[in-house]
Amino acid sequence: MSVRIYITGAGIISSIGLNYSEVLFCLKASKGGIGRLTLLDSVHKDEVPVAEVKATNEELKGLAEVPGKGVFSRTSLLGIIAARQALKSAGIEKPFDVRTGLISATTVGGMDRTEKFFKKYLKDKSHGRLRDVITHDMGDSTEKIAEACGIRDYVTTISTACSSSANSILLGSRLIENGFLDRALVGGVDCLTLFTINGFNSLMILDSNGCKPFDEERNGLTLGEGAGFLVLESERVVAKTGRKAMGKVTGYGNACDAFHQTASSPEGDGAFLSMQKALLKAGIRPDQIDYINAHGTGTKNNDLSEGKAIERLFGNSVPPCSSTKSFTGHTLGAAGGIEAVFSVMALEQQCIWPNLNFTRKMKELKFLPVTDLRNNVPVRNVLSNSFGFGGNNTSLIFSKL
Amino acid sequence: MEAFINGLSAISPQNTFAEEKLLQEPGEYCDVRFIKCLEPQYSGFIDPMAARRMSRIIKMGVCSAIKCLKDAGIRNPDAIITGTGMGCVEDTGKFLISIYENDEKLLNPTPFIQSTHNTVGASIALALKCNNYNNTYGHRGFSFESALLDAMMLLQEKQACDILVGALDELTPDLFTITDRLGFWKKVPVNNLCLKDSKSRGSIAGEGTAFFALSRHKSEKSLARISSVMTFFRPENITELQNRITSIGKPDLVILGINGDPQGDEIYSHLRKGIFNDIPALYYKHLCGEYDTSSAFALAMASGIIREQRVPDIMKLDDIPVGELRNILIYNHLRNVNHSAILVTSC
Repeated sequence: MSVRIYITGAGIISSIGLNYSEVLFCLKASKGGIGRLTLLDSVHKDEVPVAEVKATNEELKGLAEVPGKGVFSRTSLLGIIAARQALKSAGIEKPFDVRTGLISATTVGGMDRTEKFFKKYLKDKSHGRLRDVITHDMGDSTEKIAEACGIRDYVTTISTACSSSANSILLGSRLIENGFLDRALVGGVDCLTLFTINGFNSLMILDSNGCKPFDEERNGLTLGEGAGFLVLESERVVAKTGRKAMGKVTGYGNACDAFHQTASSPEGDGAFLSMQKALLKAGIRPDQIDYINAHGTGTKNNDLSEGKAIERLFGNSVPPCSSTKSFTGHTLGAAGGIEAVFSVMALEQQCIWPNLNFTRKMKELKFLPVTDLRNNVPVRNVLSNSFGFGGNNTSLIFSKL
Repeated sequence: MEAFINGLSAISPQNTFAEEKLLQEPGEYCDVRFIKCLEPQYSGFIDPMAARRMSRIIKMGVCSAIKCLKDAGIRNPDAIITGTGMGCVEDTGKFLISIYENDEKLLNPTPFIQSTHNTVGASIALALKCNNYNNTYGHRGFSFESALLDAMMLLQEKQACDILVGALDELTPDLFTITDRLGFWKKVPVNNLCLKDSKSRGSIAGEGTAFFALSRHKSEKSLARISSVMTFFRPENITELQNRITSIGKPDLVILGINGDPQGDEIYSHLRKGIFNDIPALYYKHLCGEYDTSSAFALAMASGIIREQRVPDIMKLDDIPVGELRNILIYNHLRNVNHSAILVTSC
């Protein structure tokens, strides 16, 4: 049975813009956000490019409209900014008249502050400021967002590596379908940290020239940071308020690759299953998908595995496909949320976003990613993929009203 | 919405992993500020080759998950859902330390790979070759309850018949040191079995894993069923809390999250004088210590109590006579922010 979950608001902050309109401008101008690391002190800053949100924590505090003395991780600030934008764009104000929940997602939580703490703590276990470590866990940023937005009816955090925020959109939809909530603010957030830069660097999957998704000469991913949130509402709430929806969540699928802790299976079994489940849930055929916003990290392994799974599902008629990580970098726990906002933008604008930095077709795949902006094309259904460590794969389908 | 518990397995500071019956010999720890799990022999549950690379929490998690499925007679669950407040702390710490000690160079990626919160859920899927629904929650005192609610919805949606749901949290020396500096734990060591009588600030730290095989169908293996799960974020006052808990219905017994910290325990005292006035009350954190997903340990206790229709004396808070046990309510709060209630019912 197909779902009818309405998207009535969207908020985003990323390396290509601090809000919806700035981001949309960059997508339309094919202007990516990958550059030099400036806000963190790392020995790798000249070797690996990143996709930073171009604002200091102090500047983010201003944008988030939070008290100056409060203890906020960069993750929670990015999250508050995007979440507030989403509610505002939906025209929702406190106090809420319907049951409203927040399902956020993150993989690094307050690691940016923990790093500051640990540096001192390692020298002497009685050192390190405690206010730098109380924001460490995943729940902290979510609770900060909930408090900033005044949400209390349901609050939780999902952490399934790089599919985290896709799963939060899936869960929010299901909580509404099952009648637990009338409205859900869903998405995710992650900031750049030494932990993740060094983590992916130790795996030798950071491209020193910036990521080139689905390119024969791709050489790894580029890390990014940001947040993306959607406001989901039930049909009843939308009917009651007469709010204009931007689109619908019509399908979702969650499957596990169960192949390896980090590597994807050669034929993309988990990816195939999650996409298939999403189509089944939406009740549509593969040929009704007008655009695939791929996971497309730019690693050798992901793009091959995902590409194979896409070809298996769509055969010789793969719909236009691109990875917008070529704009934003891989924002880990925020990726599903940010790319959900891109999918909604594609529905609203009737556009297909290009896959930047592409030069050579992968020899194992038949299809080519979209390399130039496509304007005024019919976009009715968008498939968005998010795959994570541990084989946690989730696919979402967003549809035009 | 309901879910039958058709199997469970918990690794805790008690002998829960091996004991057939509930708390036959309660584990007493003298002069402690934390208690740690009694780890089983992992061989027989985890492939030794795979186990070599696993941290302690991954081994404990995978081992209790596999035993739970064995006991329930399930080979491939329709979903695997985990909850963890702090995730894989040991691997996270290891990688973080290596960044500074090695000046960000030539780092071993294994602890990074295994630092994500979904590591245990993914490792279970890998061990079972299970391609089905897989999700992980990481939200303080809501982690396990969120996993439970997801599972119960999947059953209701008829998306799943048999689901593996579990909780895991580990205590490491650094986690203890840091949370101790934050004032979470008692400064003077106590006997764990006397935790409720302690007047000093803080609790004792703990850890554990607990997995449950939940099913849409009752079977001869069914121990109990979960009939309600609720979470309340920052209730405004005790009245709101009382109203929310009362909406679940009146239980025959309550299991409370009393942890020996006078300030936090005040909430339980209020409820015992109020809505739980004439209801026999138990507590459990003296047996497992305080940690984000301790309510999963309480659910294991409640399931055993319902099946055996017997209340271990060591858990009792009062002398109110216990009659037939049909409904047990677990109520817990973490630092007065994350409040949760789970209603367990006889089959």
